[in-house]
Amino acid sequence: MTTHSILQKPAISRAGGNRRWNRFKKIAWPASVTAFATVLLGLFLMPFLYMVFTSLKTQTQVATPGAPIWPAKYPTYVYTGENKNTYTLQVNKSGFPVNQVINMSDYAGKPLELYRVPLPNGTTKKLALIQGYQKSSIFIDPAKPAGDPIVWTGYYESLPRPWVLAPQWSNYVEMWNDVNYPRVLWNTFFYAFMTTIGVLVSCIPVAYGFSRFRFPGRDVLFVVLLSVIFLPSTVTIIPTFTFFTKIGWVGSWLPLIVPSFFANAYDTFLLRQYFMTLPRELDEAAMIDGANPLQVLWSVIIPQSYPVIVAVTVFHVVWAWNDYFNPLIYLSSRMDLQPISVALARFNGLFGSRPELIQAGSLLTLLFPLILFVLAQRFFVQGIVITGVEK
Amino acid sequence: MENLIRLPKTGSPETIRNMGPLARREFRNGLLFISPWIIGFLVFTLFPMLATLVFSFMNLRLTDNPLDPSKFVGLHNYAALLKDAQVWNIRPDSTPGSLWVTIRYGLIAIPVGILLPMGIALLVNNPALKGQNFFRSMFYMPYIVPFVASIFLWAGVLNPEFGWVNMTLLALGVPRSDLPGWINDINWVYPAYVLLGIWGIGNAMLTMLAGMQAVPTDLYDAAKVDGAGSFARFAYVTFPMISPVVFYNLILSVVALFQYFLVPLALNTGNAAGFPGGATMFYNLYLYRTFFVFQNMSYGSTLAWALFIIILIVTVALFATARYWVYYAGERQ
Repeated sequence: MTTHSILQKPAISRAGGNRRWNRFKKIAWPASVTAFATVLLGLFLMPFLYMVFTSLKTQTQVATPGAPIWPAKYPTYVYTGENKNTYTLQVNKSGFPVNQVINMSDYAGKPLELYRVPLPNGTTKKLALIQGYQKSSIFIDPAKPAGDPIVWTGYYESLPRPWVLAPQWSNYVEMWNDVNYPRVLWNTFFYAFMTTIGVLVSCIPVAYGFSRFRFPGRDVLFVVLLSVIFLPSTVTIIPTFTFFTKIGWVGSWLPLIVPSFFANAYDTFLLRQYFMTLPRELDEAAMIDGANPLQVLWSVIIPQSYPVIVAVTVFHVVWAWNDYFNPLIYLSSRMDLQPISVALARFNGLFGSRPELIQAGSLLTLLFPLILFVLAQRFFVQGIVITGVEK
Repeated sequence: MENLIRLPKTGSPETIRNMGPLARREFRNGLLFISPWIIGFLVFTLFPMLATLVFSFMNLRLTDNPLDPSKFVGLHNYAALLKDAQVWNIRPDSTPGSLWVTIRYGLIAIPVGILLPMGIALLVNNPALKGQNFFRSMFYMPYIVPFVASIFLWAGVLNPEFGWVNMTLLALGVPRSDLPGWINDINWVYPAYVLLGIWGIGNAMLTMLAGMQAVPTDLYDAAKVDGAGSFARFAYVTFPMISPVVFYNLILSVVALFQYFLVPLALNTGNAAGFPGGATMFYNLYLYRTFFVFQNMSYGSTLAWALFIIILIVTVALFATARYWVYYAGERQ
């Protein structure tokens, strides 16, 4: 059927159309797919930009409707005092005109606020305020510091003000001190480091046991191990917490670190899947040379498994960095031991009205995992592919 | 489970009695190597699970002695659970029950959590896309952001007054009074929570991508010869071939859905629990508060076992549907 219709085609008239279609397929189609992906990615990652911009804003800017989205502040103009004359100006302070004496040298060296003032000739000019009242205000022109003061009728606070780019780096300093970042960072590193050691020294031998030894019941146990990945942790948390309370471990690192030394199912599975792909010939050769199983693990399996061990390590470090629930329940009474995720959430509860500080704190929280990701990208991807393909 | 994760077939099972000395040594060494997991499984999984079950038949508070036999109350807690409006209430004019909250959220979160990573995996697997590797790692990257930070970023973007989403809607001409209140708005809180969790798709996206890359290209060639368009190729080749990965992610999302509570817990530290209007009092949050706030160990345990049974029923039901839509290449040949 298909062949038949191709043969029926009026060959010449379609040729031009096909060529155009082919050119479209070669250039326009990849370009539109890539453009679409770029827009989608931009939307997906947009909160990062929001975080950076907001974290550099002043409290005033955050609370001002209509302020720019980038970090900015109201500029000021320092009057240099070229004009030393004294003026008597008629101004309308609060309903009726009065005479106001202005001695220009009083304003020399003072920072003045800038406003966008609409002038009688229809243009708008950036002017510096020297005296403002309810019904009229006195400005000088920063472009002509030696010129006469300008009286403008209207309430100066209704005028729009210009913004200039001004990142407020001190938000980071404030956040750094308020959450006691060095302490919190140390706690997080300590938690990640100790549990990573626990994971590596327990999961590697267990994965080796599941992948290299044949014994009755092994496959049943492996299915049990896998089903633990799907087991809701809710069903174990109450007795576990009660047990740790009764033995006095709550309020210390122990309930967070000790369980990691008993081989979690996920990392064991990942390692076991990788070990299964390693050829057995090298193990057997080592065993013929008289190596015991521990020596085989140490000198044959581990040296070949460097990619998966790095993958497990980076996954686990990111997991520990992210962990909120366990430190929350076990360290709720010990603020000095809490890691960063708990500290950040606590800070949000206290300072919910300071988005610029929350965003600065979020950046400080995600910076380390982000750097780790940039450095170890391929290990993340590899680790997931090991678990993903074998399903 | 065997369907989900295919195990390699090893030799016929032996009994310990008829083993030779070599097999016996292999048995001993194997057990020795896996013993950290066995001990951990017994101490941190099996024993607590059974203890949760026992506690659910007692009347215990955190300070009580769990071994006190006079505390047994039979099925009292389960009878209380069946009557608990804070779990079951579905009447729209009152505070919703926590199970209903969880299900309502899941009706939005699960389809998004499966279809969005699938769509992005299709996009980054498209040969027409330039810089595939860049896009793959960039779409994955937010997955490594700690969830506490990521929910504050998204909550900021969705801030009703200063957030970029509402500022954009305003600029597009939506009147200020019609702007959604997102996490503060009872009608918008679930879509808002889906957005707060959207950076968690990286894992599902990469597993689906790996599944797509494992599809043999001759299947696509054959489909093309048969005149299949791109939609037909997805429906009859790509989807069936990645259906085990989709199924795996579906099971994980269901288990995660019923345990969902960390986002409202971390987000509402300054607000009333369940803010706004009980709409975020998820089942697991109710359980968490029953135990950790009100220190009711037994009712918490009852809620935990009920949760386990609900998850089990839903999972078994999904497994029952699997034979109609999940295709295992190795199976029917």
